[in-house]
Amino acid sequence: MLKYTIRRILGMIPMLFLISIVVFSLAKLMPGDSLSGEIDPANTDPQYIAEMRDKLGYNDPVHEQYLRWISNFMQGDFGKSTRYKIPASEIIAERMPNTIFLGLMSLLITYVFAFLMGSYAGRKPYTLGDNFISAFNYIGLALPSFIAGVFAIYIFAFNLGWFPSNGSVDISLEQGTLSYWISRFHHVLLPAIVLGALSTASYTQFLRNDIIENTRKDYVRTARAKGTPEHKIYRSHIMRNSIIPVVTFLGIDIGLLVSGAIITETIFTYPGIGQLFLSSVTQRDYPVLMAITMLLSFLTLFGNLIADILYGIVDPRIRLD
Amino acid sequence: MSNLVHKEASLLEVKNLETAFSIDGAYYNAVDKVSFSIKPGQIVGVVGESGCGKSVLSLSIMQLLPKGNGEIRSGEITFEGVQLNQLSDTEMNRIRGRDISMIFQEPMTSLNPVFTIGYQLQEVLFNHMKISKGDARQKSIALLKSVGISRPEKLVDEYPHQLSGGMRQRVMIAMAIACQPKLLIADEPTTALDVTVQAQILELLKTIQEVNDMSIILITHDLGVIAEMCDEVLVMYAGRIIERSDAESLFYKPMHPYTELLLGAIPKMDEEAGMLSSIEGMVPSLKNMPETGCRFALRCPKVKPECSAVTPLLEEVEEGHSVSCILYETSMPRKGVKP
Ligand SMILES: Nc1ncnc2c1ncn2[C@@H]1O[C@H](COP(=O)(O)OP(=O)(O)O)[C@@H](O)[C@H]1O
Ligand SMILES: [Mg+2]
Repeated sequence: MLKYTIRRILGMIPMLFLISIVVFSLAKLMPGDSLSGEIDPANTDPQYIAEMRDKLGYNDPVHEQYLRWISNFMQGDFGKSTRYKIPASEIIAERMPNTIFLGLMSLLITYVFAFLMGSYAGRKPYTLGDNFISAFNYIGLALPSFIAGVFAIYIFAFNLGWFPSNGSVDISLEQGTLSYWISRFHHVLLPAIVLGALSTASYTQFLRNDIIENTRKDYVRTARAKGTPEHKIYRSHIMRNSIIPVVTFLGIDIGLLVSGAIITETIFTYPGIGQLFLSSVTQRDYPVLMAITMLLSFLTLFGNLIADILYGIVDPRIRLD
Repeated sequence: MSNLVHKEASLLEVKNLETAFSIDGAYYNAVDKVSFSIKPGQIVGVVGESGCGKSVLSLSIMQLLPKGNGEIRSGEITFEGVQLNQLSDTEMNRIRGRDISMIFQEPMTSLNPVFTIGYQLQEVLFNHMKISKGDARQKSIALLKSVGISRPEKLVDEYPHQLSGGMRQRVMIAMAIACQPKLLIADEPTTALDVTVQAQILELLKTIQEVNDMSIILITHDLGVIAEMCDEVLVMYAGRIIERSDAESLFYKPMHPYTELLLGAIPKMDEEAGMLSSIEGMVPSLKNMPETGCRFALRCPKVKPECSAVTPLLEEVEEGHSVSCILYETSMPRKGVKP
């Protein structure tokens, strides 16, 4: 397992290099550059612009620019944000905990609900409860997150006033106090539910169908023939098989944690990486944009690795070597 | 031996069993008025082509019919004086695996892929006896040894996919005999295995039967197996028993034309076409069963015009040998008695 993991991580390096070339090229191909995002090109001396461009190395051959960027990048220097005038790494580091908190809460909600609803519906299919859960899930599957987000804000924040509509914490509170943490939970709950709605719905249906399918398997008949009680057959024999696919989704989910939050964070003006990404696009803050894109790519590869490792852990038929 | 055995009370008695499946809202009998009994220590063979209702019969005894569409419609299944088809699922769970066990045709899929062999063996022990974890492990190792597995200490911690089909069937047998049941139902236990492995598994079953003195219902479509193993034979066709006899006289003197054809098919066993396919035609599906008359009439080489009108009775022709075919006087329904 350890050997496998190390090999997979080493295998990620060439992938990340390829991705970095793509990211760099895309940034180069996009209209404008960081400089024109920073100054007002219409009101600046053209000679000054030309000098600055030269100084910033924009006129060097492309491969030199790439090498300079990537070697800085590998030393943790992602460049300076043209918008905030501070290192991109600092901005990202500041936003990261919010996104991780949102992502983990969302995963927790997703898996708890999917597990509870899916195992109930799978054990009692075609009953009233199952139909109710199905109807609930179809809503979750049909509503895009930006619509669900807007509705959730409108109903639960504006009309009912149960949750705040934006931000990640009440800024008047002192950091580290109990009420500070309660406020963070309060702020994260609504976006976390909206962010997890789609996966909750699809994992619930997936688990339900998988349980129903496993109920008909030969090994279930064997367990019955041994005199194993029905509830134990569901709890151990069937459940242990049906969680295999759902657990491996977890790895993929970790990979998608940040990119999945782009829309939700923006709707809830939740100060995380996703929101930063979208605002950096409109502000042409290329250093930040490139760093986040690299981060997303790395997370996706990493998530796939986690998925494979989890698969190897929960399914004895899979050998990682 | 057979004389002594006949005097004892039956271990299992099946009376007029009708098991049906609902298809598009109507019920169709897959097992039709089947009656037979088994005495302690007896091996009873059930033979017939595939689709004749052998598996449905055994699942009926185990009360393991697929929930929802399979159902015992009438009849009695009495095991040691207890009527199984009246028991609740919880009560039946105390009998399954302890007094009656079953092994299945498909060793490749009958074990749970995500649990170790040891876990699955110990499960049946924990279901039926108070036993510590350590003892259960020791006992499962001993059980594996008793079914001829050479490295049981290692195997308990392995998973089903690491074993061959023959090994898995041995594990299934170990599970089935773990609580020393009085009756073992073996539904085509060797059909999915290689020929050499088949012989070993049958040999094993026979040894276990002698050591534990249990009864076996051995289901097969291979009459060769019957000849080697069984005291008594039930020949099934399309959900009915059409001939019942002790094994010897069935081979010396088959009575039903279907049995004759089955026996005629034995030498062709190794042909690729399969064992019993040399009888022309196929077992009718549940929806296409003839309503009256002999169900074999359509394929019978000795068919007479009355065959599709008169439903033959299963009656004794000689001592211990019954047949259901109107070629025999005894099978003609008596006047005033509804068939
Ligand atoms: N779950 C089921 N639903 C509907 N029909 C079934 C089911 N199981 C078996 N049957 C039908 O019952 C008949 C007997 O089947 P089976 O007992 O499996 O035959 P055998 O074991 O002798 O090969 C067949 O016609 C089969 O199609
Ligand atoms: Mg069968």
